[in-house]
Amino acid sequence: METTEQIRDRLLARFPGATVTLVTNPGPAAEHSLLLGAAHAHAIALFLRDDPALQLDYCSNATGVDWPDKEIIDVKKLTVPDPAGGAPKIVEEKTKRMDPGYLEAVYHLYSMALRHGPVIIRLRTTNRSDQVTLPSLTPVWRSCDFQEREIFDLYGIVFEGHRDLRRILMWDEFKDYPMRKDYVDPDDYEWEPTPHAEVLDRAKQHYPTPPPAAQPPDGPSVASAKEGKP
Amino acid sequence: MSDPQSTPAPLPGDRPGQTPAGQQAGTVQPFPAAGNISDAEREELRRHGILLTSLEELYNWGRTNSIWPLQFGLACCAIEMIAAATARFDIARFGAEIFRPSPRQADLMIVSGTVTKKMAPQVVRLWNQMPEPKYCIAMGACAISGGPFKQGYNVLKGIDRFIPVDIYIPGCPPRPEALLNGLMELQKQIRAETLSGPAQGRHLRPEMPSEFPVPEYGAHDLQPPKNPEVWKPTAPLSRPTKA
Repeated sequence: METTEQIRDRLLARFPGATVTLVTNPGPAAEHSLLLGAAHAHAIALFLRDDPALQLDYCSNATGVDWPDKEIIDVKKLTVPDPAGGAPKIVEEKTKRMDPGYLEAVYHLYSMALRHGPVIIRLRTTNRSDQVTLPSLTPVWRSCDFQEREIFDLYGIVFEGHRDLRRILMWDEFKDYPMRKDYVDPDDYEWEPTPHAEVLDRAKQHYPTPPPAAQPPDGPSVASAKEGKP
Repeated sequence: MSDPQSTPAPLPGDRPGQTPAGQQAGTVQPFPAAGNISDAEREELRRHGILLTSLEELYNWGRTNSIWPLQFGLACCAIEMIAAATARFDIARFGAEIFRPSPRQADLMIVSGTVTKKMAPQVVRLWNQMPEPKYCIAMGACAISGGPFKQGYNVLKGIDRFIPVDIYIPGCPPRPEALLNGLMELQKQIRAETLSGPAQGRHLRPEMPSEFPVPEYGAHDLQPPKNPEVWKPTAPLSRPTKA
């Protein structure tokens, strides 16, 4: 099979206006992926499926990734001359900026005919709040149907062109997206013997502090017991 | 040589040298004695082929040996429940092999597996549709408390938040033997129920509810997330502090 770079170059030659970026995986698996622009995603997916050299006819997995907004601190080093005539000082100037987050849909493609794969493609939404629409690849690979519904259910990506986009795991009345990083789960915690400090801390907010432990019952103390046995 | 009139003739099952029936009554004691007859006297009668029973015993005997479970499974524990019904473990030995596909004909609900929040209203509705007397076994860690999936966004933290549970079987999943043990414990519990008095069965007490409110799907969680009438949270452990 061609390398991911070769596939990218072929795609760029075939679809001149499209954006195809190579996203490298620095891990030992080195499963690099192709980030596709949403505008040409459907056409590129069709090409990947029907190209005689690739024939990626099987989408084994479609999943979502949530990349939340990141606060990035830029550090700028400025040399300030000392008015007293000494050595110039180096002052760090920090500026904060927000790197907007986005949602991703990731597809793992294999070829049953040529027995190769996976080729991984990614689609990215513009942001995480209001522009979360991506083209659906269910018309290309039928097996994406339920998995795109699951991504819609848990991440909130709206797949345009999906024939039956409903929640699949949660009920229809549910409003949240549980797999997003900023999901707040319902606050029902009670006391439980748990080693998870996070759960324990949240549970503690829900029960009153236990009364101070009762004094040990009056009995023969160690000292008096010794006296009894000379 | 003893007088044959004073001691009863040995029954075919008796072995010589056996302890008298009166002393043995403590071990062979299936049901509590009824009326003014002592256990020893009843055992004596039984040796002569006279069975003495009460309506209560007969009623409990019948119920104990024909607990028909509701045929439904929720997760991997259901596989163990199915295994308990196969010939190797054979739940039929305890009279509970007739899994009823209709809640109207079932006596026992085995909540076998994780109860998701999406599934919880249906489980409660099935419970409401079962006629009294009915019993509930929470099988496995998930049905008891949510188990390894507790704090999950779609996992109910135990079915006992909505319906009363009679027997809890821990395990992940419990082996079929554990389920059979739970069934035997339930049989013990049913045998101990009386028709009147403080040990009266739940189904005979008019103040005990038979149906429970079915939770509704809310925007963030089930509404209500638990039934406070049924679910009483555990009090935190307070250990004595060292002086």
